[in-house]
Amino acid sequence: MAKREYSFYPGCSSQKGASSSNYLVSVQTMCEELDIQLNEIPDWNCCSASIGYAGGGELPRLVLSGRNIALSEQHNPGQEIVATCAACWLATREAQERFQHDQGLLAEANTALAEAGLKLKNDTPIKHMAEVLVEDVGYDAIKAKVKKPLEGIKIAGYVGCQTNRPFGIAGESFENPVYLDKLVDTLGADSIPTYEKKVQCCGGALAFSEPAKSQEMIKGIIEAAYDHGADMIVTPCPVCQMNVEVYQDQINATYGTKFKMPVVYYSTLMSVAFGRSAKEAALNGQVIPAKKLEEIAAK
Amino acid sequence: MSDLNSAMIEKYRTSFLKEVEANVEEGEWVKMCMQCGVCSGSCPLGKFWDHPPQEIFMMIRAGKREEVLTSDAMWMCTSCYNCIVRCPRGLPITHIMHGLAHYAKRLGIAPQNQPTAKFAQLMWDNLMKKGRVNELKLGLSLYFMNGFGEGVKTALKMKDIGLGMLKTGRMSPMEMLGGHGVKDLGGFHKAIKKAQELEDARIAKHGK
Repeated sequence: MAKREYSFYPGCSSQKGASSSNYLVSVQTMCEELDIQLNEIPDWNCCSASIGYAGGGELPRLVLSGRNIALSEQHNPGQEIVATCAACWLATREAQERFQHDQGLLAEANTALAEAGLKLKNDTPIKHMAEVLVEDVGYDAIKAKVKKPLEGIKIAGYVGCQTNRPFGIAGESFENPVYLDKLVDTLGADSIPTYEKKVQCCGGALAFSEPAKSQEMIKGIIEAAYDHGADMIVTPCPVCQMNVEVYQDQINATYGTKFKMPVVYYSTLMSVAFGRSAKEAALNGQVIPAKKLEEIAAK
Repeated sequence: MSDLNSAMIEKYRTSFLKEVEANVEEGEWVKMCMQCGVCSGSCPLGKFWDHPPQEIFMMIRAGKREEVLTSDAMWMCTSCYNCIVRCPRGLPITHIMHGLAHYAKRLGIAPQNQPTAKFAQLMWDNLMKKGRVNELKLGLSLYFMNGFGEGVKTALKMKDIGLGMLKTGRMSPMEMLGGHGVKDLGGFHKAIKKAQELEDARIAKHGK
């Protein structure tokens, strides 16, 4: 039996053939090594992320997350909900807090959910996978699993916005979180604690609707990593990962830069450090290949 | 002008602040703003806002209803939550901006052709179809949201990014045919419809 069990909310972008399907592969590998069992919430739906407000308003948007929490309470009772996507985690936790503070809204949500035969108790803790690693598993247990230290790789820890604000990880600062740097060091790589763009916004969903404005911010995130001599950037967020990785050619064309900076998930780093294959670490999901990790995985 | 907009103008003639408090998500917090400006200075796209949050809060209190609700400003919010964690008085600023944007849209006076307003609605419609976002269809609808000609141009510009995603298995042409979705789609739709009815009724009652 697995040491730890959670009710898992994977989110739309992690599905097969979707933009962070590589994230899910590496998370599954990482969890196998850490003896964590993820029980998917059956029939979960989209949380509407950060731009659901326009079409959804308040109650319909919150009911989306309410349905997921209710399904989790029904099918995975007693298990804490864990999300790997920053927006999924934020939206679910935000909905839970709003319902806790506003009983009228909770009553309305339950009237709506009754239409689908569901009842929301709303008392299940909701965590990001980073919290599971830092608070439940701990750096020492992670370090004990490292078979191939990521020696000689310099990695900029890009925490981004929504894994960090407004909830963040217990004991960490909103302005200067250090858990990602600690994780990088734990895996035997070199962190860059003074990476000044660690909590800079990448534009989020506005990378689609306001590409020029967002790419200007993304440029700063990558440039600072180069300035610190980073070999790659690591992030816990699917939107950050995609935005910072895939627009580099367009940014190069606009600004005359020559960026080719790999952007990986913490779970990719961990899977490689735990001695798993390139495929199990989802290195084949990199649009910009992370060659230094490929070399270690091939050893 | 929509009937709801006219009804709200009539009802709250003397106080836009009261209108916001009653009808905008987290609007009851607006009067707590102490005008320090930390939110405006913390906003990553702040330089593009017609009116940064601090100014929006003062304009609400000054009764500048039309300037606020027709503004492009709130639609520039990237949901980075910098303003929320830094506000000395704990205003949920991100949510208030989202709430104002939605309220303007509900009244039919949000700016036309605002790219994020359009994209956000496309995303909502997309996820409502099957309960989960279909990234491929959402991407294509985004490219073509300003007409066919511009859509073809955008699609060509984005071709290399699409190929990169395709090659790494992070985009699938199969999503065009059906794609992912929830199984209890009937229950999903009924629950969201009910939520919409409850919220519409609550706000319509305020307009009377």
